[in-house]
Amino acid sequence: MLRVEGITQKFGGVTALSDVSFSVAEGCIKGVIGPNGAGKTTLFNIITGIYAQTSGSVFLSGEDITGLAPEKLAKRRLVRTFQNIELFCGLTVLENVMVGFHTRSRSGVLSCSLKLPGHLKEEHAIREQAMACLEFAGIADLAETPADSLPFGKGRLLEIARAMALDPRIVLLDEPAAGLNSRETAQLGRLICKIRESGVTVALVEHDMELVMDICESIVVLNLGRKLAEGTPREIQENPEVVAAYLGEG
Amino acid sequence: MLKGNKNLVTYGMLSGIVMLAPLFFAGGYLLNVLVFVGINTLLAVALNLLLGFAGQISLGHAAFFGLGAYISGVSTATYGVNPWAAMLLAAVAVGLVAFAIGFPILKLKGHYLAMATLGFGIIVYIVFNETVDLTGGPSGLSGIPSFTVADFSFDSDMKNYYLIWGITLVAIVLSANLVNSRIGRALRSIHSSEVAARVMGVNVRLLKVQIFTLSAVLSSIAGSLYAHTMTFISPTSFGFNFSVELLTMVVIGGLGSILGPLLGAGLLTLLPEFLRTFQDYDIIVYGLLLVLMTMYLPGGLASGFTAMCARIRSRFSREVVKNAQG
Repeated sequence: MLRVEGITQKFGGVTALSDVSFSVAEGCIKGVIGPNGAGKTTLFNIITGIYAQTSGSVFLSGEDITGLAPEKLAKRRLVRTFQNIELFCGLTVLENVMVGFHTRSRSGVLSCSLKLPGHLKEEHAIREQAMACLEFAGIADLAETPADSLPFGKGRLLEIARAMALDPRIVLLDEPAAGLNSRETAQLGRLICKIRESGVTVALVEHDMELVMDICESIVVLNLGRKLAEGTPREIQENPEVVAAYLGEG
Repeated sequence: MLKGNKNLVTYGMLSGIVMLAPLFFAGGYLLNVLVFVGINTLLAVALNLLLGFAGQISLGHAAFFGLGAYISGVSTATYGVNPWAAMLLAAVAVGLVAFAIGFPILKLKGHYLAMATLGFGIIVYIVFNETVDLTGGPSGLSGIPSFTVADFSFDSDMKNYYLIWGITLVAIVLSANLVNSRIGRALRSIHSSEVAARVMGVNVRLLKVQIFTLSAVLSSIAGSLYAHTMTFISPTSFGFNFSVELLTMVVIGGLGSILGPLLGAGLLTLLPEFLRTFQDYDIIVYGLLLVLMTMYLPGGLASGFTAMCARIRSRFSREVVKNAQG
């Protein structure tokens, strides 16, 4: 589904990533882990077109999507969430999700400002589908709440609900459990599994090992910008190099 | 559904007030001022789309207003074009200009965008002053014809009042519809997080240019209305000071609110008239009001207005409960 090949990223003299390659199989949950500064978020920023990498390629279902802008990736149904949640303040929870239908709705300025029937029909459909996304994430009761007044944990769920609005093929979650308590993390884990069950491939960067080991089928370990290991959770846990990188041995 | 009805009531009341207002000021000087309130409201609605909803500043909106006025003025006074056709011509021309400069300018953010739009405004202002053969230069352009429909001519303040306010009210309603649609949501999402908006599939760069163009076209229409109402225009009306005044109207009225532009434009246009009694001290009172307002009503007049309505409503319902118990 998603394949990255030889990604290298240099910021001036600092090499944040060097020759990282791996792939994410369709319908699975892939974890990307590594100590702080390993380059995980940089990798996500490259895949999602926010940074332009120094070299290397990204493929989505065989199509070369290297360097495509985020809005173009949205059309190809690749979507991400952010480590520091990026909600649309000033919009309600429901409206946040409705923004996710932007690429799949057509009404122009004229139709919108004159409230033409086609636009009203489209608006109604978007509203219903957006409600379904909120229900999926379990926050339908908050639909009319202003997004800026959500507690942090609910904000995370909203970001995921909003990502699901694009009817994605693959979702990249950047540290979805950061800042969540254990109960919220467990809830998040169930939601991520539910996303996979709905046929969407998931890739996540995460520090919460319990969550990663619990839900991921396959894990990539990055350390100091290099791929250290790749395998099933069991293989990773037993890999001496990974243990050394985390505990600082060797 | 309920929300839609509430809006209808608001618009209905608003139109009612606008319709009836001239009956109290018929023929007077104040009616002339109210014509300006209408034009300024239209300009504030235009700027609010850009600044209040999309979060992009412009310190050069007086230039679009001026371009609209001058294209209308020159093409009718000098070349004898029909005023309505001139208004359309101006709107299209200004739209093209805004679209063309929008792409490079709107790549900039914050202060840099403010500087670029400021620069554009100053250039246009200089052009108005220096192209004496075309615009009449600093001494202005006179003899601009009024709007006419068959034999009916919009040649009095009263007629122009209804024409301008009609267009302004339509602009308010249409902009309200727009901001509550998919395009409006995309605009408001840019305001809050550009990167997240892009990830959601919003073509941020194009949308910014589009709203900039729409805002410029509305300003141009306001300019044409101004030119054909005043029948005389000069560059001083379209300088940097007026761009700042427009900005103040939008901020004081309430950024990103539907009725904010109306309240802001109303206050800032009427206030100087009432402050005349303070003579030379009017500028102090004016400044003081602005400072107090930004301190105590940071959400603008619109938010203060909403809060006041809510307080009255809650007091009223308490009275009702008390009466029922008594």
